[in-house]
Amino acid sequence: MAHFEKANSLNEWMDQRLGVNTLQRVLAKEYWIPKDINFLWAMGMVLAITFGILLISGIFLLMYYQPNVDLAFDSVNYTIMQEVGFGWMWRHVHAVAASVVFLIIYIHMFTGIYYGSYKKGRELIWISGMLLFVAFSAEAFSGYMLPWGQMSYWAGMVITNLFSAGSLELNGVVEWIRGDYVPAQAFLDRFFMLHVLLIPVAIMALIGLHFGALRLPHVNNQNGEEIDFEVEAEKYKSGNKAASKVIAFANDFMSKDMFVVAIYLVFFFYLVFWNFDFAMDPVNFDPANGLVTPAHIYPEWYFLWSYEILRPFDKDIGLIAFAFAQVIFVLLPFLDRSPNTVPANRRGLFKFWFWAMLLDMIVLTAMGKLPPQGIFSTIGYVAALVFIGLWIILPFITKLEKKL
Amino acid sequence: MNQTRRGFMGKAFGAVAGVGAVGALYAMKRSWDPLPSVKAAGFTTIDLSSCTANKLIVEKWRGKPIFVLRKTAEMVAAQNEAQTARDIVIGDDHYLVAIGLCTHLGCIPAYREDKTDFKCACHGGEFDSSGIETLAPPPSPLVIPPFKINGATLVLGEEGPEYSKMKEAGIVA
Repeated sequence: MAHFEKANSLNEWMDQRLGVNTLQRVLAKEYWIPKDINFLWAMGMVLAITFGILLISGIFLLMYYQPNVDLAFDSVNYTIMQEVGFGWMWRHVHAVAASVVFLIIYIHMFTGIYYGSYKKGRELIWISGMLLFVAFSAEAFSGYMLPWGQMSYWAGMVITNLFSAGSLELNGVVEWIRGDYVPAQAFLDRFFMLHVLLIPVAIMALIGLHFGALRLPHVNNQNGEEIDFEVEAEKYKSGNKAASKVIAFANDFMSKDMFVVAIYLVFFFYLVFWNFDFAMDPVNFDPANGLVTPAHIYPEWYFLWSYEILRPFDKDIGLIAFAFAQVIFVLLPFLDRSPNTVPANRRGLFKFWFWAMLLDMIVLTAMGKLPPQGIFSTIGYVAALVFIGLWIILPFITKLEKKL
Repeated sequence: MNQTRRGFMGKAFGAVAGVGAVGALYAMKRSWDPLPSVKAAGFTTIDLSSCTANKLIVEKWRGKPIFVLRKTAEMVAAQNEAQTARDIVIGDDHYLVAIGLCTHLGCIPAYREDKTDFKCACHGGEFDSSGIETLAPPPSPLVIPPFKINGATLVLGEEGPEYSKMKEAGIVA
């Protein structure tokens, strides 16, 4: 039995048993954040808060939702929307947050790419972040099945068909995933389970890994400067806060972080209460019908770029291009051969690579929404080729880059 | 002696855990298989005698739409051998019977009576009146479901001799 003194306060009592003061010191009070950052460094907290909002609104939706092919549509569109007090609000909060969370993820990602925040010890932050992107994509897709409208059903049909791997015709795999020949009760039930249990648990675990991977290499800064955190921390702790290049995570940095979050939440709730329609596809207000295909089947806006990489090619090549697009971002720390960790605008050809990639993904997104006809088809095809080409040339142009 | 004992214990533990893990994975895989009741509900009977020529009828089998099209004499006369080989012939009548899902990504193509072909709205693929793809992206013809001819009716889900013959010729999928 370990020796315990009598505690004189609740804090001391907790510290003896849980080491709360050590924990607080390591995770907050003496977790140092560079001063040389901007509002883009708050996107992580914006994402954490948005995930919290999704979790809370999801809990309330879960109490009335019915995962049954005959009841699901009405449980959402009648019970939750019309009967449950403020049910409409939870639904719009959940739908808007599910859409906006991807906007913030993309900003967060491209911020990381621009400032080179995936290099020199920060590789695992990037990799865990991309795993989070995959998990969020699976979460969004499985959630989209639940209202069991036309778009739910047909998106479920098309996406599960991808697992037949084109000409390999692995129909057994597709039927196994669905638990039926077509999306039906077994399909809805298992995607419900994935959406409310397995994937959220995986996301929470990955968020833990993502934060953990950040603690030792620390947050990057606007100039990619290598900071001696011990020296700067000493300056800060000795009271010379003005000369120190760092501030403490809590409460200094958090108070600035939460200010950005507050501005974001104004924008978020503006969308929830006045402009929720963008997150509500009208086609999904028709109940699922296996015998009528909607005229156009398209994913939500955040999947359009990868959908457009699938679409213009033949079936097998399209699938390979699609698979390429899904995994290639994970490899960024290893495909970027340059030793420089500075903003893209100081990195020679990489500067053009960055803006070309960003622009290309916007073009792919726009073309993915338009019907695949005439000039749009051609632009989409070219943009898909550019996407693949940019990734192929990345190791070469970064290898050529001069060391700064 | 101690080392070998520990080594043995480690291997024995690893073996037991490995067998358990494989068993658990197999059980999980089986739990996701289609249920016997889902599989058993897989037979549909279609009466072909009520079909009008060049009018598409859509039936349902295992939750999927089934295209049934009686062809006109002109359509049959204009066909090549590969197209005719996919017809179900009862008396003098030729029928197309196929699963009405585009072989690209599973949308339902629409039948155009004036052009006697199928057009998929999702990605623009086209099939002729025998279900053979004529415009990409679909990589293969519409799938012919297992059938058995029973007088003027068709039982889907059961393999009759005519279906077996098509299957051997490699034209059902």
